[in-house]
Amino acid sequence: MPKLTIDGMAVEVPANATILQAAEQVGVEIPRFCYHERLSIAGNCRMCLVDVEKSPKPVASCAMPVAEGMVVHTRSDRANKARAGVMEFLLINHPLDCPICDQGGECDLQDQAMAYGADRGRFHENKRAVKDKELGPLVATSMTRCIHCTRCVRFATEVAGVPELGAVGRGENMEITNYLENMLTSELSGNVVDLCPVGALTNKPYAFGGRPWELRKTESIDVMDAVGTNIRVDAREQKVMRVLPRIHEDVNEEWLADKSRQACDGLSNQRLDRPYVRKNGKLTEATWPEAFAAITAKVRGLPGSKIAAIAGDLCDAESMFALKGLMTALGSANLDCRQDGAALDALSRASYLFNSTIAGIEQADALLIIGSNPRTEAPILNARIRKRFLRGGFPVGVIGPDVPLTYKTQNLGNSADILSQIASGAHAFAATLKNVKKPMLIVGQGALARADGAAILSVAREIADACGLVKDGWNGFNVLHTAAARVGGLDLGFVPGTGGKDVRGILDGAGKGEIEVVYLLGADEIDTNKLGKAFVIYQGHHGDRGAHRADVILPGAAYTEKDGLYVNTEGRVQQALRAVFPPGQAREDWTIVRALSESLGKTLPYDNLAQLRAALRDAAPEFVKIDVIQAATWGGFGKAGQVSATPFEYPVKNYYMTDPISRASRTMARCTEEFVMGGAKKTGTDG
Amino acid sequence: MSARDLAKEQPASFAFNAEYLALAKKVIAKYPAGRQASAVIPLLDYAQRQEGWVTRPAIEAIGAMLDMAAIRVLEVATFYTMFNLSPVGKTHIQVCTSLSCALRGSGEVMKACKDKLGLGAGDITPDKAFSLIEVECAGACVNAPVAQIGDDYFEDLDYASTAKLIDAFKRGEKPKHGSMIGRDASAPAGEAITLTEDPTKPIPKQDLAAAKAAFEKAKAEAAAKAAAPKA
Repeated sequence: MPKLTIDGMAVEVPANATILQAAEQVGVEIPRFCYHERLSIAGNCRMCLVDVEKSPKPVASCAMPVAEGMVVHTRSDRANKARAGVMEFLLINHPLDCPICDQGGECDLQDQAMAYGADRGRFHENKRAVKDKELGPLVATSMTRCIHCTRCVRFATEVAGVPELGAVGRGENMEITNYLENMLTSELSGNVVDLCPVGALTNKPYAFGGRPWELRKTESIDVMDAVGTNIRVDAREQKVMRVLPRIHEDVNEEWLADKSRQACDGLSNQRLDRPYVRKNGKLTEATWPEAFAAITAKVRGLPGSKIAAIAGDLCDAESMFALKGLMTALGSANLDCRQDGAALDALSRASYLFNSTIAGIEQADALLIIGSNPRTEAPILNARIRKRFLRGGFPVGVIGPDVPLTYKTQNLGNSADILSQIASGAHAFAATLKNVKKPMLIVGQGALARADGAAILSVAREIADACGLVKDGWNGFNVLHTAAARVGGLDLGFVPGTGGKDVRGILDGAGKGEIEVVYLLGADEIDTNKLGKAFVIYQGHHGDRGAHRADVILPGAAYTEKDGLYVNTEGRVQQALRAVFPPGQAREDWTIVRALSESLGKTLPYDNLAQLRAALRDAAPEFVKIDVIQAATWGGFGKAGQVSATPFEYPVKNYYMTDPISRASRTMARCTEEFVMGGAKKTGTDG
Repeated sequence: MSARDLAKEQPASFAFNAEYLALAKKVIAKYPAGRQASAVIPLLDYAQRQEGWVTRPAIEAIGAMLDMAAIRVLEVATFYTMFNLSPVGKTHIQVCTSLSCALRGSGEVMKACKDKLGLGAGDITPDKAFSLIEVECAGACVNAPVAQIGDDYFEDLDYASTAKLIDAFKRGEKPKHGSMIGRDASAPAGEAITLTEDPTKPIPKQDLAAAKAAFEKAKAEAAAKAAAPKA
């Protein structure tokens, strides 16, 4: 541990640290553009120059390792002069169009020019101009502003795993470009906007949408996938303008997937802003009392076995808990939160969690992926797998269709019987898992949401036991969910009670007429044609599949419009906060259920969110601690059965449209057109 | 000016011929496994020697050979101006027009090319036999002006010698490279004017004490002159 002095302060840091890292440790700020703690060191912007005693020249502190007895001055005349000089050079070819630049107000170059730059330049020649590049529908470019820090190049190559960006040419003619004007094909492409220290790469859908100081910032949780990415919702008045990532080292580090970032325009389209009741086959606008009256008229006196409820993928825990309470009060055990029919066992928590945790992936030594494409189901988690892969010595086996995952995989085939071979030790990959310290497997919904899902879960457990995936201090058995509400629903037991029907049973029953009332809580991913003649109550925020089939629509709140608890795929309980109010007459979801319960004469025993949460914590102790993962006890699940040879299919066919919000988003529609459908040729009259 | 772009019209495919493939394999073998990317510059050079210029299919083929993304190869190809990104003539003339050569008459060399071939900087003759570009300092200032034709340097050029060279290339000859006025490498054009002493004899000893005394005296005189009141 070398000791050095920075601005007169003694500091002791690990031997491989750089001067810049040592300075951060003692709270000395060193300006920088190209250095980023999650990317490799480039050392090409020169903004971090500091004065080191006995060094003939100022040194780039981001790339200079510390040495014993070093004496560093970050505020000496020489350091200040070096910075001012670098800044002057950077500004020579920077257009200074801050008034029309989207980065204005949150621009590193702007801030650092104020802090370290001179108040005027000496450059009187013409500035250069660079052609803008086309990076697709999410990232706008203004390449004349680029200062060539290469953060975007390093991000695309290292984190996103799509080496498509590069710096061509040299000297004054250097340009950041994508290979042959192809688009940036990554589910994490939006992060280059956050990384860009200037306004060269900006958020295309948000272009000229607002200034950072006008926005109201709310810290929240993302629900577009089951990762539980920490986000910041920026809203102006009652409109969500943009979504940015927040740092959470154990979940998303500081990345955000494109759908989570850019689907927010879907929050203002296709919204249900008032109750509707179907009269003579047509949905007509109604008031809340009319909607409740229509439900009460239908439900009153109906035996519980004829009522069923299905919870969707974006539901907060509170509304599911309230609905479960109401269904129990009505005497119904027909509850399910597994719209896709996944064979998840709510009784054993270890059987449906990502037990290794997302940060734990970095400790694993081998990985087996079963029927899951993490790149589309959870891009953030996939980036974590890639991070582990880059360190080397990490064999990844995949059972399922062969798709590029941004790291090297070994495709073991696409047939469920390979699982039994691994479990019995006959397959070569079983040895790979056995011979390492911390092996892990990921079971995806592509494997569990099939008729033989329960049997596959059981075989996966056999593999976990046979190959030593579960041992002291390590649980390598992981289920990767695609729905933000799923783990929360399972934790609070939103599953069929004794004698109750699951999703398949409910749909069958509705078709046969055995079930007369189906309550859809934001459930849009089921086949609504199968609901037969049932009376359908749809509570949700978007006019999507469920609402089209509904007999009564109760307008609810989207995830940015309510305080709610969500449990991510690891079992981490996180709290989302309200950023804006629900539109029109829409209300927070648990209050709707609470009001309906009163109308049905089965009043639920809580009047405010605090009381509801207290009741929730009593019923499901997992919810007691926010942002803490309680390790689940291993075992107690798995029913052996016949595994069919049908090949796996990945659940996410189109990453950009998986839920009502992203289906209502114009940006996501554009992404679908460009990335999934291969970019339709534009005609002259387009757009 | 912006970064050099790849030519608009590109051939459909690229593959090394047997000769260059053997050379390429030899270069790749120099580097340990996982470090093949180090061979990118020689391979781009071989591709250019084979095709005359670096084509897009060549960039992609080299990327595939070295397990590199195509953009990484493109970065290298666009960085080094010695890689031609668009077709050049069979005889590719690169005239240095940097300061030393300009002072010594590179304008005449360019004019000779214009007159004999009708080529301006960056042009190629319709029959693809000749092309001409201006280059930055070729590193042979002592023999300025200089032009690189193929792999060879032709030095001490003027209008007449350039025209003669072009005629020779037109006839399909391979003129002798080096100085056009018969200099031996970079040796003086006439007789040597420095280092003419016999190097085998010892250097005469200098009287350092006398030199120092003379210097001190001159210094004291100068000081006295400066200190004297102005008349």
